Amino acid sequence: MDFKSSELVDADSVVGPRAEDTLPSSATAAVKIVIVGGFGVGKTTLVGSVSEIRPLTTEETMTQAGVGVDDIAGVERKTATTVAMDFGRISINEELVLYLFGTPGQQRFWFLWNGLFRGALGAVVLVDTRRLEVSFDVIGRLEERDVPFVVAINTFPDAPTYPTEELRAALDLPAHVPIVDCDARKRASSRDVLLTLMRYLHSLAVTPEHS
Amino acid sequence: MSDAEEKKNEPEWNEGDPERLYVITKGRSGSTAKATIDLVTLIVSRSGPTSGMQPEHSAIVRLCQSPLSVAEISAYLHLPVSVVSVLVADLLADERVEARALVPPAQLPDAALIEAVMHGLQKL
Ligand SMILES: Nc1nc2c(ncn2[C@@H]2O[C@H](COP(=O)(O)OP(=O)(O)OP(=O)(O)O)[C@@H](O)[C@H]2O)c(=O)[nH]1
Ligand SMILES: [Mg+2]
Repeated sequence: MDFKSSELVDADSVVGPRAEDTLPSSATAAVKIVIVGGFGVGKTTLVGSVSEIRPLTTEETMTQAGVGVDDIAGVERKTATTVAMDFGRISINEELVLYLFGTPGQQRFWFLWNGLFRGALGAVVLVDTRRLEVSFDVIGRLEERDVPFVVAINTFPDAPTYPTEELRAALDLPAHVPIVDCDARKRASSRDVLLTLMRYLHSLAVTPEHS
Repeated sequence: MSDAEEKKNEPEWNEGDPERLYVITKGRSGSTAKATIDLVTLIVSRSGPTSGMQPEHSAIVRLCQSPLSVAEISAYLHLPVSVVSVLVADLLADERVEARALVPPAQLPDAALIEAVMHGLQKL
């Protein structure tokens, strides 16, 4: 194999996980949850506050992402877009690992969604009440794809606060979709958002009529 | 992959260097790989790297002495997930690594799996 000239990776200089970040060999299964929201809404902060590893970044380029026809509407086809996604990890038990992926919600990033949401347990839509527009599109898209999700309102100090039911109406959310407040900087708060999603998924698994 | 050709003319994206990415995956788009390899598929090496391996392959074999997700491999190698998927598919075909499947994506995850995740989160 004479691909030396193509080397993108110097095998000897790759820095892998720190010793404390390696998974036990008993780890056999992994699940994922996607955190989605507009720019600066706190996706990276949420992932970082609950992750057991320092959050990592992976990138994807649009032309290599297996773009579905409906995913490129409004996007100039020849534009090669590179998007970074942050992710973190939580070991659930000896066998099961949970990964959290943060991804931008704007329509031009939806080409990432095929790979991201396939097999995902569900999603958290992070909402900044100062900029609800991004959330409309994201929520519509998740509903189209039948991805179960909860809405977390990140409480920024200068953001207006609305009663939950007012937000529900503004976001046109059905009554069964949970809406919670959160402070993504706090581990307990971020964990509670994830637990809210899991409780919701559990209710769907037991009585699936809402899906 | 005619897109890779087109990208040559786009200097603003040259940090991704699609031409070289195209070369290390030998021009394959990895559609076969994508069918089975997910971002959270855990990859574990069956043995150590051998001499003569493509450097990207040997880097993956080295990283995966303990289980590591495709997303983590991508992050540590600074290569796009699509490229890593193709490289991992090569290693799977050569039986250099094994893939631990993602929990089967049922229409809705089953209650027992969700309960396990809740239990894990409550310990945080
Ligand atoms: N008050 C408050 N600030 C927050 C919260 N979450 C995030 N921030 C702050 O908001 C800023 C943006 O947070 P990020 O986590 O980088 O947001 P992001 O969604 O990842 O942003 P992009 O990746 O750039 O789209 C940072 O300065 C955070 O400290 C929160 O819950 N409350
Ligand atoms: Mg971010």
